[in-house]
Amino acid sequence: MQAEAAMGRAGLWFGVMLLALAAAVMAHDTGFAFHAGLVAFVAFCLMWMSASRFDPAGKAEGFFRMPEGPSKYDDAPVRWGVIATLFWGTAGFLAGLYIALQLAFPVLNFEPYLNFGRLRPLHTSAVIFAFGGNALIATSFYIVQRTCRTQLAFPGLARFVFWGYQMFIVLAASGYLLGVTQSKEYAEPEWYVDLWLTAVWLAYLAVFVGTIVKRKEPHIYVANWFFLAFIVTVAMLHVVNNLAIPVSFLGSRSYSVFAGVQDALTQWWYGHNAVGFFLTAGFLAMMYYFVPKQAERPVYSYRLSIIHFWSLIFLYIWAGPHHLHYTALPDWAQTLGMVFSIMLWMPSWGGMINGLMTLNGAWDKIRTDPIIRMMVMALAFYGMSTFEGPMMSIKAVNSLSHYTDWTIGHVHSGALGWNGMITFACIYYLVPRLWKRTRMYSLRMINWHFWLATLGIVFYAASMWVAGITQGLMWREYGADGYLVNSFADTVAALHPMYVLRAFGGGLYLAGFVVMLWNVAQTLAGRLRSEAPMTETPYDPDADRPLPADAVPAE
Amino acid sequence: MANERPDTKRIDEATGTGFVGHEWDGIEELDTPMPRWWLWTFYLTIAWALVYVVLYPAWPLIAKGTEGTLGWTSRGQLAAEMGDAEKARAELNRQIATVSLADLQADPELMSKAVAGGAAAFKVNCIQCHGTGAAGSQGLGYPNLADDDWLWGGDLAAIEITLKHGIRDAGDGETRISAMPPFAGVFDQSQLSALADHVLSFSGKAKSSPVGAQIYADNCVACHGEKGQGDRVQGAPRLSDAIWLYGGTREEIIRQVLDPHMGMMPAWGKRLDPVTIRMLAAYVHSLGGGEDFATVEAKGEQTPAVDGDEQP
Repeated sequence: MQAEAAMGRAGLWFGVMLLALAAAVMAHDTGFAFHAGLVAFVAFCLMWMSASRFDPAGKAEGFFRMPEGPSKYDDAPVRWGVIATLFWGTAGFLAGLYIALQLAFPVLNFEPYLNFGRLRPLHTSAVIFAFGGNALIATSFYIVQRTCRTQLAFPGLARFVFWGYQMFIVLAASGYLLGVTQSKEYAEPEWYVDLWLTAVWLAYLAVFVGTIVKRKEPHIYVANWFFLAFIVTVAMLHVVNNLAIPVSFLGSRSYSVFAGVQDALTQWWYGHNAVGFFLTAGFLAMMYYFVPKQAERPVYSYRLSIIHFWSLIFLYIWAGPHHLHYTALPDWAQTLGMVFSIMLWMPSWGGMINGLMTLNGAWDKIRTDPIIRMMVMALAFYGMSTFEGPMMSIKAVNSLSHYTDWTIGHVHSGALGWNGMITFACIYYLVPRLWKRTRMYSLRMINWHFWLATLGIVFYAASMWVAGITQGLMWREYGADGYLVNSFADTVAALHPMYVLRAFGGGLYLAGFVVMLWNVAQTLAGRLRSEAPMTETPYDPDADRPLPADAVPAE
Repeated sequence: MANERPDTKRIDEATGTGFVGHEWDGIEELDTPMPRWWLWTFYLTIAWALVYVVLYPAWPLIAKGTEGTLGWTSRGQLAAEMGDAEKARAELNRQIATVSLADLQADPELMSKAVAGGAAAFKVNCIQCHGTGAAGSQGLGYPNLADDDWLWGGDLAAIEITLKHGIRDAGDGETRISAMPPFAGVFDQSQLSALADHVLSFSGKAKSSPVGAQIYADNCVACHGEKGQGDRVQGAPRLSDAIWLYGGTREEIIRQVLDPHMGMMPAWGKRLDPVTIRMLAAYVHSLGGGEDFATVEAKGEQTPAVDGDEQP
């Protein structure tokens, strides 16, 4: 019976492989042929695994020392998610450092596969969707089980979500290098990759909602509200923005159903809310679980969490037009984009307040616990970027900042500071628990990671602020005669030192991440570094001198 | 709600705040009221937004959006600012448009203003080929505009004609045209080498030979002149100085003889207004190599009469 099922599966994969091979042969362009070939290869591997009952995932679980045996929760997809987060983080951060160096030293562009134009979406997608997305999938599966006191609904589907998502990443990333793109920022993958992601995402929604439905808790925890908002809204954004008509079913090209300024507005409705619901709502969900757990304190304010959740969800979705100030977009839409962004300021800060004030009664942990320190820094950067965002959406500010490196600095203070730091903190929390270790291999290395990353962000953000404002001022500089003073090339030359500093900051951030990789690898191997504890403030009786009775008070 | 919160009375010791009563995986929630400063700042941003959407265009209606009580539009703002700039320059533009080129050059104040305007236009339109410092490229064939070596003439009038009609721009009937014929297959390697040496001998970089001199005399003299001095009437480059369009090594000279590269400059008369072209001519003239009308006339070259009457 089992053998029959295995052969049936192998036959199914054989069919998929044949279809993919046929598509590869009849493809209209090399990008599509490569992708079809890739699908055929994956189908072949799965067929071979089914037929020979070989289980590479099981072998890999052994390699990664994943604990065996039954446990209270279904944590295997979470463990894989942590591994994938670290893997894609490495790829994304390396790509980021490399393109930063390309901007400073253009000689590093290697045509056509490794030029800036192709590597840049590789970097953004790798850090947002591969690193961030895997962190979100892993933490959401971890959190929803625990806060619902139940196991994942549809465990098979949950595994499909994880592996299907990795397939999406590989298709997207290889497509960028081959020049397969629909040229929509943060939505570059072409129509067939979009369809695949839609299937994976709906499966994700089914697993998540299914788990909430079978919960053994009367209430749904706030982290799950945010996760649900993230999953539902991203599904909607992804589908609408990627509505396109393929030129051929065997080619990688397609045309958007929107045109002109409608297309631009749809794109930035998507792009802005990818930030709002992927990078803000999703990561706030992580914050709402891991900060109280690590601080061992109750959440600061239930009422604040309700109000800031609903106001954030309602206001965020309207703010997209601020990406199109002073363009062909009608003035009324620009105004609405701007005022909704301003109103978004406090709802965004609600999450920061609730996170930081949860430390009420445990503030000393910032001194003693490097993970808490990371979380606090993440929330601080979250607060800074969510103030900076509304400020930059004001038209007068935007006319200076738009199209400059200030935007890049803003995005990275949020991405490196908020998304990166909170993800690192969550992984440091998760790894010992998922692998059943007493603690991370080294707490001092977490501290090193914290300082390297913080210093890296400071270099990055500061250099990009200076670069952006320099750029903005140089572009609009008029001489006494009323003529422009600078050419575009002049501004590029002026920014060179800032670009070098930015790459240096990125290098520091990557160095911190390498320390983390080592720390996690050692933890997985079951080692504990013997090191002086970080938390001790030794008591020295000699130094402890109470005020002598005959002391003269200072005048 | 109240009956769902049996724990409301329980107080968190560290903060003195009551619990809400829910618990998930050990996480509880405090019943802290929303911070007042947060709430009031939120209200304030909403109030500000309400005022702003009345003042400015904001609400989409069926045919178009509301216009706002201030009557502001981004197009209106652009038109007003551009209008102000135009008005500020109107007098200067009129002067530059109507003055003769000779008078322009003789009027230092007007000339300096024209140069300033030309510098700005140069940054937008010209640096892509000629470089920010106008030094061009000695290998890619973009002429250096900052030296005194001119292919077609370096007085204001000649520069203006070049700007207006371009060089080898098929779309312009009056464009400056010259073509060097390709010599591929005509000479063998030793002949080519001798010819290149002869060319280099004009600037003292190699020794000439009778073979090279003969080939040059038979094929090149008509355009480049006996001593390689070039000819501005035909736009034939001078070969006797250290300035090269496509490189001055023996190999580069041979390559250029076999398969000549010839650059193209667009006719800017179709894209820029006459005042901007004149200011660009003034700027290029001011870079260091600008020639006076007198020297040009002494050489007997074309000095097209360019006056204000060409202006629309």
